[in-house]
Amino acid sequence: MWDDFVRLAVAKANYWIYIVLMCIGLWGMIVKGNLVKKIIGMNILQTAIILFYVSIASKAGATLPIITHHGPGTDSIQAVGHINPLPHVLMLTAIVVAVATLGVALALAMRIHRDYGTLEEDELLAMMREK
Amino acid sequence: MIWQLEIIILVLVVVCAVGALAVRDLLGAAILFGAYSFLMCLLWAIMGAVDVAFTEASVGAGVSTVFFVAAVFRTSRRTRD
Amino acid sequence: MRRLGLITAVLFGGLLAYATPDFPDWGDPRSPASTHVSPYYIQNSLADTAVPNIVTAVLADYRGYDTMFETTVIFAAGLACLFLLRNFGPRAVESRLYRHRPTGITLRIEQGGDLPENSAEFERIDSQWVPYDLIIRCAGRLVLPFIQLFALYVVAHGHHSPGGGFQGGVIFGAALIFYALSHDLRSTLGHLPEARSLIVAAVGVLIYVGTGVLCLLLGGAFLDYAALAGLLGVDPVMARSHGILMVEIGVALAVTTVMVSLYYYLATAGRLDEGL
Repeated sequence: MWDDFVRLAVAKANYWIYIVLMCIGLWGMIVKGNLVKKIIGMNILQTAIILFYVSIASKAGATLPIITHHGPGTDSIQAVGHINPLPHVLMLTAIVVAVATLGVALALAMRIHRDYGTLEEDELLAMMREK
Repeated sequence: MIWQLEIIILVLVVVCAVGALAVRDLLGAAILFGAYSFLMCLLWAIMGAVDVAFTEASVGAGVSTVFFVAAVFRTSRRTRD
Repeated sequence: MRRLGLITAVLFGGLLAYATPDFPDWGDPRSPASTHVSPYYIQNSLADTAVPNIVTAVLADYRGYDTMFETTVIFAAGLACLFLLRNFGPRAVESRLYRHRPTGITLRIEQGGDLPENSAEFERIDSQWVPYDLIIRCAGRLVLPFIQLFALYVVAHGHHSPGGGFQGGVIFGAALIFYALSHDLRSTLGHLPEARSLIVAAVGVLIYVGTGVLCLLLGGAFLDYAALAGLLGVDPVMARSHGILMVEIGVALAVTTVMVSLYYYLATAGRLDEGL
């Protein structure tokens, strides 16, 4: 029983950490009142998902997804010998889109600060009710 | 792969994530988030995702932190939680 | 609310943890993610495109359509920041700050004052607390050309090593942001004005789409770079490699300028008058 548990915990360490990070990110997005903190929570959630995708891409004993094209052996490329490149491609573009959405989110937060003078959620809600 | 190193980085990643959300100073939160991104980039480099790690090192640890610092500088630095 | 948020997050994590034991083990080469289409990419990308870095080949060739719209999303983010933050209105107090270099005294010159423009002893500064730091300036000036050269290398060498349009573009944009941080925003705006930056971003997206349309006009499918073989005078496999480079240059232009524009708008709150 205990051995099973340890085996499960160690063999899937990355998966457990991605779950923890995802919970932290979601908790930050819901509970934190400051808009910049919410944006940080959103980014933690995003990187947790990217960690998950990179984890499912890995293969034990495989090398980087870059083929050595000099010398012999170019016609015998084995899929087992290289890490799965597809999740890497998807996540590479996801990171750059994440920074673009981060820029837009911060721009929205700054616009709210310009109009209302605060970034705290409860103060904002109180001001909106008054209007 | 060195598993001790990976465990240390995994723990540090969680510590940085909690720290970035818990600190009351938003500038500190931005810097902790930069550290979090850089540790994440190390983790991906260990796992063989070199392109993803490269992008995260330049985007997450570099440009994102500057954006956060700029936004904090132009709005307010203190927060209540 | 706090308790509800915590319960939601814990429930969410519990559901994910409940499903995790069914996952394939870490590093299992027979996991579903590694068995369907990815072995084809690994085995055939070098023969199809002559690009050793499989990630670049998949990014710009096999899944080029996807990447095209990612680039469009980044361009749209730049435009969204422009519309959200750009503020053309006059400032509340028209004043300029100057530093007297020999003494370090900061001068504030209100509206209508005599401005010591182009004086050797005075320099214009952005905000009152900017320290005069010779080391940061000189280090910035020394390091910048190398960062920019490295960014160009990353774009051009993305076929053979980690890198490509996205990474190179971000590094080039970071170099320009670093210039704005180590010197001041005005000199960066002098090199890359706001309007030019957004136009270059649009040109970058246009290069990507234009490459696809060019393939269409030359008789191939959209973004099938093999159709460029006749135009470039190489065989179809090399034409794919060159097509990937063209697309990566478009991506790099768009990403560079959008990063710099985002910095302009965020660091100045849309006024573009004084930097950090």
